[in-house]
Amino acid sequence: MNRRLETPPAGAGAGAGAGAGAGSGDGAGVPARVRRFTPAERWIHRTTAALMGVCVVTAACLYLPALAELVGRRALVVTVHQWSGLLLPVPVLAGLVSRAFRADVGRLNRWGPHDRVWLRAARRRTPGPRPAAKFNAGQKVYAAWIAGATLVMLATGLIMWFTHLTPLAWRTSATFVHDWLALTIGIVLAGHIGMALGDPEARRGLRTGLVSKEWADREHPLWRP
Amino acid sequence: MNPEHPEAREAPTEHPEERERHDGRDVEHGQDPERGKPIGRRIFLGTLGLGALGVVSAPVLQRGLEGFLGEAAQKDPTGLTGLLPNGGGFRYYSVTASVPRKNAGNYRLTVGGLVDRPASYTLADLRALPQTRMVKDVQCVTGWRVPDTPFEGVRLSELLDAAGVRSSAGAVRFTCFDGAYSESLTLKQARRADVLVALRMQDKDISHNHGGPVRLYVAPMYFYKSAKWLSGIEVTEDVEPGYWEKRGYDIDAWVGRSNGRDDEPTT
Repeated sequence: MNRRLETPPAGAGAGAGAGAGAGSGDGAGVPARVRRFTPAERWIHRTTAALMGVCVVTAACLYLPALAELVGRRALVVTVHQWSGLLLPVPVLAGLVSRAFRADVGRLNRWGPHDRVWLRAARRRTPGPRPAAKFNAGQKVYAAWIAGATLVMLATGLIMWFTHLTPLAWRTSATFVHDWLALTIGIVLAGHIGMALGDPEARRGLRTGLVSKEWADREHPLWRP
Repeated sequence: MNPEHPEAREAPTEHPEERERHDGRDVEHGQDPERGKPIGRRIFLGTLGLGALGVVSAPVLQRGLEGFLGEAAQKDPTGLTGLLPNGGGFRYYSVTASVPRKNAGNYRLTVGGLVDRPASYTLADLRALPQTRMVKDVQCVTGWRVPDTPFEGVRLSELLDAAGVRSSAGAVRFTCFDGAYSESLTLKQARRADVLVALRMQDKDISHNHGGPVRLYVAPMYFYKSAKWLSGIEVTEDVEPGYWEKRGYDIDAWVGRSNGRDDEPTT
């Protein structure tokens, strides 16, 4: 699966993917590629990832004693953290003008019977292929959870930021939720990145928009590109 | 086939040969695998709901966790519990970009304002005065608590008596050599026996990160009152709100009786 694949021009790639699909993909000689993400979707992911990265790094500088002592400048780091956090939902919201992105959000939302099969197989670590459409059940859970968690972080962050808007007891409670959820997000995000590191073809999909037909058939057998 | 158009994807007749191939896995004939229950939305809304629930139940959860983690931190040789939120131990907060370092050579503590005999103390001067040691919990207003922390230093009341406070005075203002932080106490609070100009903490000279060489220690109040990097004591007529107090924290910061919190008192 890690064969080096020439990346054809986008249009030709999609065409080749469709053509090779009928010819049983493997053994056709020409590596078939299928379109997975549009440029708009890739930019949504990139900008969201960059903003999340800034949030995580500045959070570490505020929170980990060794880094806090090294960096100091609490006011500056706080400002960068606040603004990157405030901007974090913007790429996704702006991306809703893209029809392809809206369609993918719809796919992430909807669960079929095969998603339960996928989750059960993943929980029991059953080897072998697991049924998935364009997004597998794990990706669906992650997408929905991280979207909700980001908004909880935003809301609790705003309570801590605009101190005069709410009573102080709220701020202490918001700090508590913000701290523990940050730790949880850090762990889940590390899992997300770790899984991406383990799957070069999935990364290629987000980098170039195209994935090999073989990968799509294996990882997302129910997906009709 | 244009992936930009979901309708094209959803048409079941698009790739009949492929549908055959994957049949029997899970999807029944004619049912689109990308149609189904909106579970994603439920997870999303559930996460929001849990977040709101977390904020509402935070006071209870926090007390439970603090008790547990505080205990664990005492027995944790790896120090990993210190990385958890409120996981025991002190947290470093500085409101400025960097704080100059002071030592026995260049440290000075001035006492002035409404006093008859303004004074300036070196570190050696302060060490030569009678020292008081007390062991109490430290409680931060953001939630963390460090049990049984020894502090040692000169009673503030001693420095005030030595300076001769005038009868018009009603409060004491503290300034710090980080250039930004300030604190205030009423004269009555400042004269309490459990308010120290602290030179030692945890039976060691106070390190720079903990506010050394000299910090204020106000045992009965939240820890923001115990100003780090203390450099000035000024007797005033009225209380002037300190750094955090201008930002919404209570001036009379008794542990358990202020800032909307009900922590166990430290004294």
